[in-house]
Order: sequence, then C-alpha cells, then structure tokens
Amino acid sequence: MQSNSSADGATSIDPAEAAFFGKLADDWWNPAGSSAMLHRVNPLRLGYIRDAACRQFGRSTRDRTPLAGLLALDIGCGAGLVTEPLARMGATVAGIDAAPENIAVARSHAAAMQLAVDYRATSVEALAGTGAQFDLITCLEVIEHVDDRAAFFAAIATLLAPGGLLVFSTPNRTPLSHATLIVGAEWLLRSIPRGAHDWQKFMTPDEVTDALAEAGLSVTDVQGMTWRPGTGFVLGREVSVDYFGTAVRSA
Amino acid sequence: MQSDVIIIGGGLVGMALALALDAHGLTSTVVDAADLDATLAPGFDGRASAIASAPARMLRAIGLGQVLDDHGCAINQIRVTDGLSPLHLHFDARTEGAAADPLGYMLENRLLRVALMAAAKPAKNVSVFAPARVADIKREATGATVTLADGTALRAPLVIAADGRRSSVREGAGIRVSSWRYPQTAIVTMIGHERPHDSIAFELFYPTGPFAILPLTGVPQAPNRSAIVWSIENEDAPGYTKLGPRALAAEIDKRIGGFLGKIELIAPSSSYPLGFHHAETYSAERLLLIGDAAHGIHPIAGQGLNMGLRDVAALAQVLVESARLGLDLGAPAVLARYSAWRRFDNSMVAGVTDALNRLFALKGRGPALVRRLGLAGVERIAPLKARFMAEARGETGDLPALLHGELV
Repeated sequence: MQSNSSADGATSIDPAEAAFFGKLADDWWNPAGSSAMLHRVNPLRLGYIRDAACRQFGRSTRDRTPLAGLLALDIGCGAGLVTEPLARMGATVAGIDAAPENIAVARSHAAAMQLAVDYRATSVEALAGTGAQFDLITCLEVIEHVDDRAAFFAAIATLLAPGGLLVFSTPNRTPLSHATLIVGAEWLLRSIPRGAHDWQKFMTPDEVTDALAEAGLSVTDVQGMTWRPGTGFVLGREVSVDYFGTAVRSA
Repeated sequence: MQSDVIIIGGGLVGMALALALDAHGLTSTVVDAADLDATLAPGFDGRASAIASAPARMLRAIGLGQVLDDHGCAINQIRVTDGLSPLHLHFDARTEGAAADPLGYMLENRLLRVALMAAAKPAKNVSVFAPARVADIKREATGATVTLADGTALRAPLVIAADGRRSSVREGAGIRVSSWRYPQTAIVTMIGHERPHDSIAFELFYPTGPFAILPLTGVPQAPNRSAIVWSIENEDAPGYTKLGPRALAAEIDKRIGGFLGKIELIAPSSSYPLGFHHAETYSAERLLLIGDAAHGIHPIAGQGLNMGLRDVAALAQVLVESARLGLDLGAPAVLARYSAWRRFDNSMVAGVTDALNRLFALKGRGPALVRRLGLAGVERIAPLKARFMAEARGETGDLPALLHGELV
C-alpha cells in the first residue's frame, strides 16, 4: 500500500483531534512531559494485552517473546509507546495514527531503539481497504476521539484475522470519569493535556459492546482501571473511569 | 556489544545479579576493574558474611546451593546479650513452625566469590570484562554506551552500578550520599576454639560496640571455627591493631568469657572503619544503584550483604517482568518500580541498625538496665520476637519471588 504522509479517503478521523495530538508529538517519549500519565499506565496496559493474547493464542506469559509469529496492528499508535513493546514481545507490528507528526516521531524513535515497526499515517478504513489482516489489534484510548464510530468498528472487524483478538481501552462516560479525567487530570493536576478529551464522546462499556456487536465482534472481557494511593494503577471490576476489554469475531 | 544490562562491578552483589538475570534468559555484561580470578586466591579476603535464609533461598534458586551445602555453616540459633549478662534474647530456628530452614548461613566471602565466578563462566547470558577500566559512560534518552579503556563499546538500555561503597559510577552521575562515620572500627578475624559452637551465633553488646562470634564450618586444622567481628572505639583501634596474635587472642578471650574453651587466632586480623551511607536516589537516567553503591550500614546485625542480595532479588524481578512486557529496560517507570520497592526497606533496616548501635553504645547503669530488661522483654513477647526472627531471616516486607526460592 502507499505510504503517503497524510491520512486519506473517507475516514472516521476527526481532523481537529488529529491536529491536537500531532502538536504533542515531540513530547510523546518524554516520561516527564505531556504523556507522563501514559508512561505510568503503560506496564499495566501491556500486561493486560499480553495476558489476553497469551490466553487467545495459547502462549506463555513467562516467555520473553510471547507474540512471536503474530501480525499485530496498533491503532492510534501515537509515537509508539505500546507499538514498540509489541515488537519486543516478538510480534510483526504495524502502527497507524491520524497525525503524520506522531508517525514521524514514532519512526525515528523505533529506528533509534533498533526496532522494526511498520508505521503509517493512515486511517483504519484506508488500511482495511488494502485487504490487510492482523491476529492482534490494539486500540487504546482511541475510540473516544473517533468521529464515525460505526465506520471505525466495521473497519476494525475487517482488519481482524479469523481467530484474531481485539484489545481496546477507553474512558467511561460517568460523572466520576468527568470528575477524574476532565476536572482532575486536565484542569487541576494538568497530568493530561487540557483539551485532550471531549467527555460527551466517551462511551460506556454497554455502548462499546453494542457497537462492536453491530460490526460482528463479541466482547469477551471488560475490566476497569482505577488508581489506588500507594499501589498506583490497578485492574478490577470498577469500570466507572476507564476500562479495558477484548473482543473476537462473533461465532 | 549489546546486552540487556551492563553491570559495573563484579563483586558478590553484581555477579549475583548477573546470574539471577541469566536464570531468566536476560543478558548482562559485567565490567570489573580488578582481575576477578586473582581475587579467588586464598587469603585475599579473610572475611565471612552472614547470609540470611531468604537471600540463601535465592542463591539456591539461581544454582548456587552447592556452596551453601558444602561450606555454609547453618545458623540455627542467635543469642543476644548485653555484655556477659545472663539475661539474654534467644532466637532458635528449631522452635519455629518452618523448622527445617536455619536462620541463615555463615560463609567465607572468598568461597561465595569462587562459586559465583564458577557459575558465571559457563553462563550463556553473562559476559565478563575483567580486569577492564571504564573510560566513559554515556547515558542518553534512547540507550547507554559504556566505553572501556581499550576502546570496546558496550551498549544496553540500562547501566547498573554495583561498584561498591565509593562507587565511581554513582559519583560520575552526580548522585550525592548522606553519610557519617561511627566512632568505631571493626576488627575482623577468625578463631579456632576448643568447644563446638553448636551452630549458634553470639552477639555480645559492650558499651564500646558489639562483639559477634559467628559459627563457621570446621576445617582439618580447626574443627571448631568462628568468625569474630569486634567493634572497638576509634581511639583504641591503633592499640589493638598493633597487638600480636597471642595478645589479641587474649583480649578476644576476655570478651568471650571462656564458654568456647581455649581459643587461638587462625587468620590474620584486619580492621575497617565503620560508617553509614545512603545514596539520595537509587536512579538516574538509564542508571540504577545496587548493593554498597546504594547503601552501607553498621555491621551490628549482619545485614549489609543481605540488603545487597535483596536489591538483587527485587531488581531481577522488576527487569524480568518488564522484559516479558516488552518494556524498555531503562524506562523511567521500570527504574521507579525498583527504587520504590527497595528504598523503603533499606531505609528501615538502616534506621533500625543505627538505632541499635546507638542504644547499645550508651554508657552507664541506666541504659544497661533498659537494654537488659528490653532484651528479656522481647524474649517474653512472642509476636515481637517473631518479628525480630523474620527480620534476621530477611523475610520482612513485600518479598520478591527469588527470596521465596522461586524463579520469577
């Protein structure tokens, strides 16, 4: 497929969202910068992805390359905070992002880390149009930034290979998520860049489950992420702020 | 040359880390300024260390059980007294539920070093550069490069400073240390004695400092053998260190009070100034400190090497788990997890050790009475005693898998 530098064709991408995150591109890999929060939750979310993939594909979590031989796609990869670990875990990885600035930073960082990742500034729809398919698709903190959900989920379903696994995470639309993510993290603590989220666009687990079912995918797990003083970020049943989930093709 | 970590310092702690990582398939490059083979020669280091039971379990888990079985002297009991007072605090491994495990082992440092080197040589994931001088350490956002004096360039996502108390890696990184000197010097030697020690470690507290008699395995020339760690006041140090073997033996005999029968010195004595130091942080960009490079305490409770081995167990777990998640091993989140895990534990041990030393150094009948009643009190309060026992075994805090004797 073409590797042009901007997202093209009919897409679910919101241009304003893409531009917003593109401006943060240079700061992605700075653990003390605007992405500090993502760096801190990274071990937790990689653990969720790794464990779910090991269950799905019958791999061992004690293996250093549990994803060896799998084709993986990281949707909304940013500068590659999750994409690079997927490559280290042995997967053959592609990362796509709506912001060409992010893709440029991701490419140069992966090169410096001597990791082979196929980064493209494109949309899920354009990639689905090429007929490409992946065993493992990750889509973390992206759903809430998307314009046309139905088209977005349909494209993901097309991209998921038979027997494949989708792992997603997104904030819930609850009073608590508004208080935590918008008022707390964006306005008061400034631990997330202000304007990063539009609370109205957040989806509840039920809404995501229904939307994925519409696209032919069944949700197989949902777990909430919360922050505990002293312990940090943990997974559990409390889904009112942010949650993770997995989905497979409906039988 | 590329590896998962570069360890500067191939002493007991640095080499134990390399082997712990090797057991999990992580690669390390160890650099040491000394010729490590020369340090294996008998007589290089007359010192012995107490290895608490939890760190001993780790050594077994990473394949070093043989040296403990062959040369480690089990410590089955610890007897703590204020001088030669009959009131004492007595820890006995055999009265505990898990009776099989001793409280720890006494092992000559040299023999542990021999075992570590013997294991490191054939280890697939360990490369040793020694003697080799570090010419430059470059730590950058995307990785670290250590250049040796001969021009060899080593690359890794993380550098680990295991280069001891006066760590030049730590100094090079500009990490400051809080430190102070105790007005004490430790005299270290070995004695042969007439009666068996029965695997009991004795800790006798004198106002000038603690006097420890630590059981060692017998050798043909000395079937009953113990290590002596004797803290004396600095002003007395020149006098004692000038004594000949017989005169020193007589002084030691006075402190022991004759319960081991006749004694004789069976190794040259050496002396060490005692101090405390703690690095203000354990991490910098792509750098972590472990062992004496991070902390050093008074040897009163025999916890110095154990703290280093606990660093090893925690760091190995953090690195192995991070590697299995595909994380950059030098990423700040990885470094922060190790620091948070070890800093609290090390601060506690350091604080308690310092307090113990100060308490027992107080002169006069009042403090002596407090100490004696305190020891007798701990002796009678079961939960408090169990807590001290766990501390001696190295079983307090959030234990890494290796200290349970399990691989990560």
